[in-house]
Amino acid sequence: MSSRNKILNAIAAHQPDQVAMPVIHHEQVITFENPFLQFKTIVESIGGKVVLVPTIQFIQSEIQNNKSASKYIINTVSELGDVPDNLNKLTAAALEKLDTVYIRATLGVAENGAVWVSESQMKNRLLPFICEHLVLIINQKDIVATMHQAYNKIDISTEGFGAFIAGPSKTADIEQSLVIGAHGAKNATIYIIE
Amino acid sequence: MNSKHAALSEKFIADEPRTNWHDETLWFVREKRDKATHGLPEWEQLREWASQIKNHTLSNLNAYLTEFEEKAKANGIKVHWAADAQEHNEIVHSIIKKNNIQKIVKSKSMLTEECHLNDYLQEKGLEVVDTDLGERIVQFRKEPPSHIVLPAIHLKKQDVSDTFHEHLNTEKGNNDPQYLTEAARQHLRSKFIEADLAITGVNFAIAETGGFVVCTNEGNADMGAHTAKVHIACMGFEKIIPKAEHLSVFLRILARSATGQAITTYSSHFHKPRPDQEMHLVIVDNGRSRQLGRADFKNSLKCIRCAACFNTCPVYRRSGGHSYHTTTAGPIGSILNPNLDMKTNADLPFASTLCGSCSNVCPVKIDIHEQLWKWRQEIVKEGYVSSDKKTAMKGMSYMFSNPALYRFVGIIGRWMMRNFPNLLKSKHNLWFKQREMPEAPKKSFRDWYIDHQK
Repeated sequence: MSSRNKILNAIAAHQPDQVAMPVIHHEQVITFENPFLQFKTIVESIGGKVVLVPTIQFIQSEIQNNKSASKYIINTVSELGDVPDNLNKLTAAALEKLDTVYIRATLGVAENGAVWVSESQMKNRLLPFICEHLVLIINQKDIVATMHQAYNKIDISTEGFGAFIAGPSKTADIEQSLVIGAHGAKNATIYIIE
Repeated sequence: MNSKHAALSEKFIADEPRTNWHDETLWFVREKRDKATHGLPEWEQLREWASQIKNHTLSNLNAYLTEFEEKAKANGIKVHWAADAQEHNEIVHSIIKKNNIQKIVKSKSMLTEECHLNDYLQEKGLEVVDTDLGERIVQFRKEPPSHIVLPAIHLKKQDVSDTFHEHLNTEKGNNDPQYLTEAARQHLRSKFIEADLAITGVNFAIAETGGFVVCTNEGNADMGAHTAKVHIACMGFEKIIPKAEHLSVFLRILARSATGQAITTYSSHFHKPRPDQEMHLVIVDNGRSRQLGRADFKNSLKCIRCAACFNTCPVYRRSGGHSYHTTTAGPIGSILNPNLDMKTNADLPFASTLCGSCSNVCPVKIDIHEQLWKWRQEIVKEGYVSSDKKTAMKGMSYMFSNPALYRFVGIIGRWMMRNFPNLLKSKHNLWFKQREMPEAPKKSFRDWYIDHQK
């Protein structure tokens, strides 16, 4: 018998009596008077930055400044300018020196500062992780209170990959001292469009 | 060498300031957990939901695993099943061989530690680079992780600095965590860039979508998985959850329980390989189906490996992870490991005060301290306790169930303690070890009570 069948048979033989699946009542979870403020407070507490802008065009000048400072930047947002069409072909070696990446994200979560980014938004799975500085852009109206509302709004199975990203990468593996910038981005900025 | 918990702890506590530091450091993590959970009015409700989802899943495990396999295959993931650690290691090795791979990076996976994958591959001449900072530190030092979430929690800055000086040529005596982390970042960047194959663990596998979620703070799982042309994810079969919406419950409790964060930096949802990539998933039993059949212990399979029970445990905090001589230490390890090898791990359920703090912080409501107590009974039944303990327990049981004898022994004991105190202050009296003997009262509480009733 294959290991698969052996394992599944052993499980079937030992499975406990049927227990019903609970119903998750969203009205029982925390709400925030001002989800934006809560989101901003949390992101700042985990080492990220939140900037409120009236329109997405306000970010363009920053991109121009970065470009003229001849930094290696990648823009994946068509509203902000041209998006190269070979992005998904770029390897880790090619992206090693990437400074900043601009990505349009789906939503933000007020309770924990996480932002959902799908594969089609990041264009290349490595981009949000290999960059030094991660810039994510969401609409203010897309900030939800908790993870429950977040999973209600997204469908994780339509694309090959997606991630909740909360602030810059970090570690406390050396004597519990918090260090920002482990393997992923060292800075994270979330632009929120009013 | 005696490799039982008590003997190994004795070695650990020989350095008292360090023991105190270890104790305080873990208590600090426990306090962060408290702060994170007290901010949520629905915390107890979340624990209840998490517990019920896991109970429901265990009672339909066969169906959910079958559904998961079917969906994952449809997503283009190659699914493998391993009955035990050996088969798991063989499967991973065969994928490496088939793809003719040399450079392997691995992010944190307690399952691969449980299966001793690194050692297995090393014997085949393959080097695996652990990429979690804490795991890399202990890998350099040829030590096992001492904690499932904080692998190098037993080490101080100075130790890490010395290790990095030796292996990464960092400045001698520079103990700055920022500096040391940056050195590891540079070192591991080059490992990521050249990696052909990435091994990751799995935090949650979702039956309805055929995908899986990996949580890290450092971003190492993603750096590896998105670079390498082959990704192997390894999971114990209990990682399965029914629906995507259940992730909301588990991602809300996991990091809060583990480190007091509201969520880890990265919660990565993998469903399909990249177009140029192979994605494999190895589902492992290794004793889990046996544990499922043990009515008293089956719900240990609800564990999500947050390690809240480690951080709160007065014994773990003062004895260190290595004293548990197993991959998963702490209270949860002490109820999982006797299932894997009851004889070798017979000491672990006794490495507890049964205070119940572990059960109180467990986010999926495992009755850990009750299971510790039940394992003790199993272990005694199987004859895996030392004969002195057995004899002493039998003697005490006889004395405590005979009130007259109990009172008589009390009189003798108090008289001895008053008149021959030095007789009891000897190494043959195990109670005296690391304790002062109390001053004996003239009469027992019972006598005092009777006198005052008059």
